[in-house]
Amino acid sequence: MADAAAETDDAAPEGEASDQPMMFGVPCTDERGQTVLYPSREEYPDVLALAAADGFELCVDLCAVDALTNRGRVMPPGVEPERFEVVVNLLDMRGRRRLRIRTQVPADDPQVPSAVSLYPGTEAPEREAADLFGISFIDHPDPSRILMPPDWVGHPLRKDYAIGAIPVQFKAVEGR
Amino acid sequence: MSTATTSARRPADAVLRISEEAALAAAVVDDETDPITAETDPADEPMLINMGPQHPSTHGVLRIAMELQGETVLRSKPIIGYLHTGMEKTAEDLTYLQGPTNVTRMDYASPLFNELVFCLAVEDLLGAEIPPRATWIRMLMCELNRMSSHLLFLATNGMDLGAVGMMLYGWKEREEILRFFESVTGLRMNHNYIRPGGVAADLPDGWQADVEHILAVLPDRLEQFDTLMTGQPIWRDRTQGVGVITADEAIAMSATGPLLRSSGEAWDLRRTMPYLAYDEVEFDVVVGAYGDTFDRYAIRLNEIRESMRIVSQCLDKMPKGPYRTEDRKVTPPPRARIDESMEALIHHFKIFTEGFRVPPGETYVAVESPRGELGCYLVSDGGPKPQRVHIRAPSFVNLQSLPHLMYGGLIADAIAVISSVDPIMGEVDR
Repeated sequence: MADAAAETDDAAPEGEASDQPMMFGVPCTDERGQTVLYPSREEYPDVLALAAADGFELCVDLCAVDALTNRGRVMPPGVEPERFEVVVNLLDMRGRRRLRIRTQVPADDPQVPSAVSLYPGTEAPEREAADLFGISFIDHPDPSRILMPPDWVGHPLRKDYAIGAIPVQFKAVEGR
Repeated sequence: MSTATTSARRPADAVLRISEEAALAAAVVDDETDPITAETDPADEPMLINMGPQHPSTHGVLRIAMELQGETVLRSKPIIGYLHTGMEKTAEDLTYLQGPTNVTRMDYASPLFNELVFCLAVEDLLGAEIPPRATWIRMLMCELNRMSSHLLFLATNGMDLGAVGMMLYGWKEREEILRFFESVTGLRMNHNYIRPGGVAADLPDGWQADVEHILAVLPDRLEQFDTLMTGQPIWRDRTQGVGVITADEAIAMSATGPLLRSSGEAWDLRRTMPYLAYDEVEFDVVVGAYGDTFDRYAIRLNEIRESMRIVSQCLDKMPKGPYRTEDRKVTPPPRARIDESMEALIHHFKIFTEGFRVPPGETYVAVESPRGELGCYLVSDGGPKPQRVHIRAPSFVNLQSLPHLMYGGLIADAIAVISSVDPIMGEVDR
């Protein structure tokens, strides 16, 4: 759509690996005009820092995806699809371009470094992702539940968390 | 860039990092923890106060744990989730055609924007061509919706600050627009009008007259609001210099919409990253200078005027033609065709039972809602239901700025600040 994502793909040089476009040292694809980066968990903080230094000053959004039922999704070569993804949308207000960063997070160790120190505006979105997906953000200043009650068990947006399959949990009411 | 984040981290201490239980426990008067019985002078001891979630000035069910030193607000923490209904989870269980019914209930003050952003995301994945008339109808409806949403803001903002008359005037003018929405969509709110592929129905006969009526009455009313509030000394005293945010802080806190524009940053997606046909209409981006509550009020008031300019251009330029795409895989066939064509019947049946399939992929689409950047991150696995629908809700993100806006201010000003952020709790909690 008119979402003028990235006219400026000039920052994608240094293509060491054959024909796979790279940006900030990680694989990069063009999804219908939107630039998407695929860093590993280890590269993720560095890529964020590089992007911030490159002018992506506003972190628009951070969310998680559970790809439990979407294992067949297409990934650029060299990127191992995992169950969870943390998706960050950045915005360069001067260059008027957007950047999306998809970080793969394995199910057996759902941890990602927090981006709060770099982008303070990701605090609430990271809490939301942690609350609804059970992904913990390392060094997050306030890793508490944000939407669900603090004593809730489970992470509702996970694909193996069924709709309406559990009784509604309420806090204990005294005298009942 | 680095200065932006460091300067925004300066008031990071404004956020009260406390668990919900601790906030609740502090609210219960307990002799041991009650600061009144503490050894020190009670006036020196900061105390923790809960505001909401049933406070009339919290726009629904926002709860704020505030640390007060006398009448001064120190750290605070918005506690949300009271309206969480799992809409993103529900969206994964609805077809793409049913999706707008769900998302429209998020930001209930500007439902059409939710439908729009969801449909733009679906259409981006589909690669669907949208007829020009549908685009212009969407733009017309969205700008009217922006007006009604800002009128609602003026009403609630006025009431929060003691200008109770505004509550009546704002709702009254909003009603004019809702009446038009009802004539077009059949519903006053939660329209489910914008659908993937276009809009649900063409504009009814005589719509021009209705829109012209709105455009004719509103300017006078806006003048009255100006008289009632803008120039009024009490209003200015209560809003000017209250809840100030700088552009760097707003950007670091990911704030968008009037909250960002009040700080002088002319960022409006309609202008900076045009979607629909916003590059074909003339309007001005309203920007503030001081980043205070008054600027945010003035921006919204004047954005109504700018929206009226866009609406009147929509009136003149509205193209003729179909109001939804002719692609039978996406839009159901006209009722008359079903009687004579087996294929049309099959298409109709497939669309409403199984739904249409969307090619695999993921996309992020954003529009400028009355509250800021409203985004939709949509993942499709090729099936008839989305794999993941994430709505980037501007109210949810803007709410993070609240502790920074309130820090060091008076408790009475906290109300003005909450009101000026204009959070819609349905969208915050989703």
